[in-house]
Amino acid sequence: MFYREAGQFKTSYNKDQAVFPIIQDRWFIAAVIIGAYAVVPFAADEYWLQAVIIPFLILALAAIGLNLLTGYAGQVSLGTGAFMAVGAYACYKMTTNIPDLNVVVAFLISGVMAAAVGIVFGLPSLRIKGFYLAVATLAAQFFILWLFNKVGWFYNDNPSGTITAPPRELFGITITGPQATAEARYFVSLTFLVVGAIVAKNLVRGRIGRSWMAIRDMDIAAEIIGIRPLQTKLMAFAISSFYCGVAGALYIFVWLGSAETEAFDLLQVSFPILFMIIIGGLGSIMGSIMGAAFITLMPIFLTNFPPMIGIHLATDLQKHLEEIIFGGMIVAFLIVEPHGLARLWQIAKEKLRLWPFPY
Amino acid sequence: MPATRNIGDVLLDVDGISISFGGVKALSDVSFDVREHEILAIIGPNGAGKSSMLNCINGFYHPQEGTITFKGKPRHQMQTHEAALQGIARTFQNIALFKGMSTLDNIMTGRNLKMKKNLFWQMLYFGPALKEELEHRAVVEEIIDFLEIEAIRKTPVGKLPYGLQKRVELGRALAAEPDLLLLDEPMAGMNIEEKQDMCRFILDVNDEFGTTIVLIEHDMSVVMDISDRVVVLDYGKKLAYGTPDEVRANQDVIDAYLGVAHE
Amino acid sequence: MEFLNAVFVAPFLDIADSPVFFAEVVIGGLMSGVMYSLVALGFVLIFKASGVFNYAQGAMVLFAALTLVGAMEKGAPLWLALLIALGVMVALAFAVERFMLRKLINQEGIILFMATIGLNFVLEGAGQIAFGSDVKRLDVGLPDNSFEVGGILFNTFDLSAAFIGAAMVTTLALFFQFTPMGRALRAVADDHQAALSVGIPLKTIWVVVWSVAGAVALVAGIMWGAKAGVQFSLVLIALKALPVLILGGFTSVPGAIVGGLIIGVGEKVAEVYWGPTFGGAIEGWFAYMLALAFLLFRPQGLFGEKIIERV
Repeated sequence: MFYREAGQFKTSYNKDQAVFPIIQDRWFIAAVIIGAYAVVPFAADEYWLQAVIIPFLILALAAIGLNLLTGYAGQVSLGTGAFMAVGAYACYKMTTNIPDLNVVVAFLISGVMAAAVGIVFGLPSLRIKGFYLAVATLAAQFFILWLFNKVGWFYNDNPSGTITAPPRELFGITITGPQATAEARYFVSLTFLVVGAIVAKNLVRGRIGRSWMAIRDMDIAAEIIGIRPLQTKLMAFAISSFYCGVAGALYIFVWLGSAETEAFDLLQVSFPILFMIIIGGLGSIMGSIMGAAFITLMPIFLTNFPPMIGIHLATDLQKHLEEIIFGGMIVAFLIVEPHGLARLWQIAKEKLRLWPFPY
Repeated sequence: MPATRNIGDVLLDVDGISISFGGVKALSDVSFDVREHEILAIIGPNGAGKSSMLNCINGFYHPQEGTITFKGKPRHQMQTHEAALQGIARTFQNIALFKGMSTLDNIMTGRNLKMKKNLFWQMLYFGPALKEELEHRAVVEEIIDFLEIEAIRKTPVGKLPYGLQKRVELGRALAAEPDLLLLDEPMAGMNIEEKQDMCRFILDVNDEFGTTIVLIEHDMSVVMDISDRVVVLDYGKKLAYGTPDEVRANQDVIDAYLGVAHE
Repeated sequence: MEFLNAVFVAPFLDIADSPVFFAEVVIGGLMSGVMYSLVALGFVLIFKASGVFNYAQGAMVLFAALTLVGAMEKGAPLWLALLIALGVMVALAFAVERFMLRKLINQEGIILFMATIGLNFVLEGAGQIAFGSDVKRLDVGLPDNSFEVGGILFNTFDLSAAFIGAAMVTTLALFFQFTPMGRALRAVADDHQAALSVGIPLKTIWVVVWSVAGAVALVAGIMWGAKAGVQFSLVLIALKALPVLILGGFTSVPGAIVGGLIIGVGEKVAEVYWGPTFGGAIEGWFAYMLALAFLLFRPQGLFGEKIIERV
């Protein structure tokens, strides 16, 4: 009833190719962003920010990165965790060795470092495709984490082998390290996500995005119309890894505070992020964010739900039950909607346009 | 008809091309040339090497022998994407559209080479990048208009029927504003109305934009009607080469198509 | 300089110094290679017949071994426990076909892959709830003695494992090459739709293939379990089988075998001779790098044919 596009005429190509051509959509998104800045940090308590919302924002950023590579450019990667680790360790080295460096600049340079590593591990994509490539990216995952674990230089030879975020300020407010408030860290991660999402959306609706999708859908035809597979794929790897690298730096500096390489493990990070983009929707920026929300919230729900209805289980049993339910839900979700939450969202909008009539 | 149209100089010269795949000779010693503004048809039975010929022309296959000269420059071993840079566009026998993208986006990819704005502006989608995008959008809309596919602009091409997909593919090739357009069976599997439409588009493209066209087609009546000259291939060899009338009268062609009467 | 020496010179001098030791390392590598091959074989079977990249193969190995040990702990004799475990794997195949593959028919490869990761979680959780998560000893009565031939130490257990693995592979190869079911399976592998159109029952084929893969997982589980105990880390050997797959090709049975042996030997030799130079624990990634380097020179894998791309 309230969601109608009747009477909204597009009088220029510019209006026609807007991200949200319908005014109600624009209002909705504006409300979400304003709410995220003005309401959430005051409504949510410390636990929610630290345990749920901040990791969600950071992982959503990484998910957008992976979606650019896998969803748009069609190159499946299982090495997300490694690229995030590159960002985190680069940021650690920079902030500890150059104390005066602005920490946001450090985050961005970390992304560039990750992009460079991404290009190196993207090179095989020229010769190998599909699952062969996916398995090959596992080489990056295992090799990079092994390297960061073995070579003391990366963690400044400290005996514990962990990297710890030093306290750094932005506009006079501490945003990293143990003194930083959850709110400050929330604003930093939120801003990175918002900017990252907008930039990603701009990329995919322009020339670069179209050449990625062309390579994804039919690489030979793309090459014949003049798209260079080498540059296009490597650019996808670079930009995707940039996002992952920044997310990795935030992961340690803004969320965990300190960590070892295990924090970027295949099962802890790479697979969950892949789940996020599959469940959210391949080839959808909005979907990456929705998928990240889903995957971050589900374990929390599974842990808290049984006690809520009065069932108390042994921790061991609870953990395994969670595994079973999580796995089962993944399969069920893929069966119900293989195109992800983004598609469900689209269907919902279609329905809403016609509501209360069926047609 | 050829007299009224100004056929120009040789645009593409194919000289003594041979290619084989693991012992199977797909083409042996084929030579012909294509002049500016003309429509040249390549015909022949299945497996005669027609598609291989197109693949050689646009650099997807590398012939083992012979030279291809395009716009006066002999071609060396080149990458597939370079052909597009030189002004060759094509369509495919089994449609090769980007199935996950809309009609509009598919045709926009055809203009990729002409879009130059760098990553920075692309990220902002503002200023020069936006201006460029809109300019190209306007050109693409003209093509959409020309091919009469306005209604399916935003439809993912994977959902379109076969005939429309062929049309979108033609649109994508046209978007590159090629000097030489290669059409691989543009009318295969179409009904008579769709064929008529497609013929009209091909002739219009040739007429209005002066695009040189090389096409492969099985429908003899179409070939004889719209092409200026015809190359007949059989088992990778050139059987005949000339105007439709000459080819129709050629004894080898009649033998190949109708079978030889053994007396 | 010292580093270069340790990488390019010293290991080869060591090898030349003590060929007997080198031979033992190689044989040790071959033995673990057989194990990798067995796991990779399960992957290949399923990928060939249903186009599913089955990440859960490792979890299937664990699940099969856990079932076997669980049955034996309850007092079942070995033969009965084997039958039970086999039955459970067949039931699993039915369940996977009924509740997963059938519903996901015609989906893209990556969706199916994700679904098998989901299956992986389910199997891991279920296996550990049913049978506990401590390390279990598995004794299947294979002799575990050592003997010497020409100065080289052999282990009877390893030898029997290799023998069983070889027998398994031969049986499977014969089954696929010479039985009607095998022919149907090859047809399905080639083209699902064409196979359906000539009346091959796709669903039956899938159940059979997943059952066979389950049986292969059981054998692999017994071998690994008897050697290192049945425990959660069995799941991780699946990760070891992945480089074997890219080396041998996802669809090639001989590729899985030869690839497994190459990876097994390469990994052992690298760990023994080069490991110390790099600070150890290189077996986590070495196999991947080996496979990757190989792929760059031969993208179609060991036994794949060169693909002629057509448009």
